[in-house]
Amino acid sequence: MKRIALIGMPNTGKSTFFNRLTGASAKIGNWPGITVELLSAKIMEGSEMVEIVDLPGIYNLHGFSEDEKVARHFIENADLDLLVVIGNASQMDRQLGLVLQLQELNLPMVLLLNMHDEAQQHGIKIDTDRLTSELGTPVTLMSAKYSQGIKQARELIRESLSKEKDSTAKEKDTFTDDVKLETKLDHLMSKCVNVPIELSGGLTDKLDKVLLHPWFGLPLFFLAILLMFEVVYTIGTPLQDGIAWLLNVILESQIAHVIDSFNPVVQSFLIEGIYNGVGTVLSFLPIIVMFFLCMAVVEDSGYLARAAFLMDAFMSKLGLDGRSFVMQLMGFGCNVPALMGTRVMRSRGLRLLTMMIIPFSLCSARLQVFVFLTTAIFSPQAAPLVLFTLYIASFGAAFLTAAIYRNRLPNSEPLLLELPPYRFPTWQQMLLHGWRETWYFIREASGYILLGVVLVWFLTHYPFDAVPASSETLAGKIADVFAPVFEPLGMDKLMTVVLIFGFVAKEIVLGAMAVIYAVDPDNLAGVVANTTTWIQAYSFMLFVLIYTPCLSTVAVLKQESKSWSFTAIAVAWPLFLAWLTSFVFYQAATYLFGS
Amino acid sequence: MTLNLLKSGEVAKITSVTADYALKARINGLGLRIGQEVAVIRRACMGGPLQVRVGHTDILMRPEQADLINLAK
Repeated sequence: MKRIALIGMPNTGKSTFFNRLTGASAKIGNWPGITVELLSAKIMEGSEMVEIVDLPGIYNLHGFSEDEKVARHFIENADLDLLVVIGNASQMDRQLGLVLQLQELNLPMVLLLNMHDEAQQHGIKIDTDRLTSELGTPVTLMSAKYSQGIKQARELIRESLSKEKDSTAKEKDTFTDDVKLETKLDHLMSKCVNVPIELSGGLTDKLDKVLLHPWFGLPLFFLAILLMFEVVYTIGTPLQDGIAWLLNVILESQIAHVIDSFNPVVQSFLIEGIYNGVGTVLSFLPIIVMFFLCMAVVEDSGYLARAAFLMDAFMSKLGLDGRSFVMQLMGFGCNVPALMGTRVMRSRGLRLLTMMIIPFSLCSARLQVFVFLTTAIFSPQAAPLVLFTLYIASFGAAFLTAAIYRNRLPNSEPLLLELPPYRFPTWQQMLLHGWRETWYFIREASGYILLGVVLVWFLTHYPFDAVPASSETLAGKIADVFAPVFEPLGMDKLMTVVLIFGFVAKEIVLGAMAVIYAVDPDNLAGVVANTTTWIQAYSFMLFVLIYTPCLSTVAVLKQESKSWSFTAIAVAWPLFLAWLTSFVFYQAATYLFGS
Repeated sequence: MTLNLLKSGEVAKITSVTADYALKARINGLGLRIGQEVAVIRRACMGGPLQVRVGHTDILMRPEQADLINLAK
C-alpha cells in the first residue's frame, strides 16, 4: 500500500481537502515515534489502496513547536510515496517558502493551491504552467470548499504515485542556506504570480472594523457567544423533551409487559439501571449535537483568532496569551481536544498553565447536568440566569488558578498568529465537522456511561433485600465514609454517591441520578426538585463544575505534560478549590437565606 | 524605526529582523520577510496586540514582537 502525507500551513484548507478526499471515513491513530495522534484514512486511488495522513499545519519546517517537530519527524521517517502540499493561492509569497523548504527533502511532491476562489476575488493571477516548470513539481489550482479542481488534483496525485519512486536517499540535515531560498522565492513570485497592488477593503475589513473595535469588540464577542447558546437551547430543548417523552412511551407500551415476568431484581436492573440511566443521557444528545454544530461554525469562521486578539491584553496579565483563551473556549465543547490544542505553544510554562485552566471550562458533559438541574429547581425565568452564573464561575475559577500558578509556570513566549479572513463554512463542512465531534463524544462516552450506570445500579441495590439507595446498600456505606467531607457542602448521601461516580466522567452524573432516584428520564426532574433545595443544588453544581472533569482529561493531562507531579497538582488543586467554593457558598447561603 | 512605532494605516518596508533563529523562522513563515511592505491595521486597547498586514496575510502580534522588526519608510 502506498502512503501520502498532506502538509501545509495552517488556514490553507488542508482539512477541508482531506475531508473531500476521504469523506467521513477518517480515523485518528497513533504512529510509531510520534506522541500525538494523526488523522488518516485509506482510499482507493485508481486501482490502488492509498493511505492518506493529515499532518498538523506548520509554518516552517525548521520550527520548534511540538506540531512542527511531529510533522518533520513523520516526513523523515514514515516511508512516504508522495508529499501533497496544500497552499493558499492568495498568499503565494509566504506559502512558496514552505514549498521550497520541503523540496529540499527530495521526496516526490505535488503542490495544490487551494482557495483559488478567494485568490480570484483578490485579482491574483498564478501561472501554474510556469510554476510547474520552475519548481519541477506539478502544480494545480483548486477550491476544496466549493469542490472545484478536485478532479484535476486527484489526477495529479494519481500520476505522481504511478511514477517510479526516486531512490535517492533523503537528506537528513536540511538547513540549507536561507538566503538561497529567499532569492529563489523572489524569482518565482516575480515570474509566476501577479498580485494587484492594494485591495479595496473587503468584507473581512468591514467586519473587523466592528468586531475588533477597541471598545465594542469584546462586548460583541460575548453577545455572539450568548446568542449561540440561545440558538442551542431554543432548538435543542424541545427535542430533548421529545426524546425523554418518547423513551417513556416506549418503556410503558413496549418494554414493560415484556419483562413483566422477569425476576424483580433483573427487572430493576434493566429498567432502573440501564434503560433509565442510558436514556437520561441519551435525551440530552440533541443539545450536544446542536452545541457541536454551532462550535463548528465558530471554529471555522475565523472568529476565534479575533477572540485571541481581543483578549490577549487581559490574558497576558495572567501569564497567558490570547491563544489560551481560545483553547478555553474550545474546552466548552470538550476539554480533551482543547488540551491537545496547546501543542502549538512552544513555551512549556505557557503550555502547562493553559492546561491548568482548560479543565475549568464548562464542557458539554457538565452542561447536561446544569441544564437539567437548573430547569428542575429554578423557575423558567431564573434558570438561564443561573446557568449564566455558572459560566462566570467557570471563567472565575480558571483566571484565579492562572493568577495563583503564573509565577511557577513562567512564560516568555512571543505571540504571532495569523488572522484568517472570515469564512462561513458550507453546510457540508458544518455537518461533517459537527458529526465528527458528536461521534467522537459518543464513542468516548458511551462505554463510560453504560459501565457507570451498571455500577451505580449495583452499588445502590446490593444487597438486593435492602431498600434501594438506603444506608444498608453498598452505596449508602460508601456515602457514610465520605459524609464528613460532603455534609458541610449540603450534599446528602445520594448526591455524594453521584459525585464519587462523576469523577470518572460527568456524562455519568445524570444517568447515575436516574438510577439512584429510580425514575424514568421524563419524571426525574420532578423527583429531584422535591428532594433538593436550591442551595443544595447550586452547591452541587459548583462542585461538579470545578472538580476534575473526567478520567479522559486526567489521562490527556498526563500524556501531554509527560509529568506525574504536574498531573497530580492539576487533579488535586481543582478538587480542593471545588470543595472550598461549595463550602463557602453553602454555608454563606444557608446563613443568609435559611436552609 | 520598528514596526511597533508605525502608526495605524501607514506602510513601510522591512529592513531587518532582530530575533534568534527559531523566532526569525516563524516571522519569515508568516510572510514578514526583508523587503516586504507592512502596514499596521489596528491596535487592541490596553497595550494589547497589533494587527499587521503583509501581502494578503493579516497577523496578530504583541508590541514586544513588533519591536523586533525594523523598518525604513
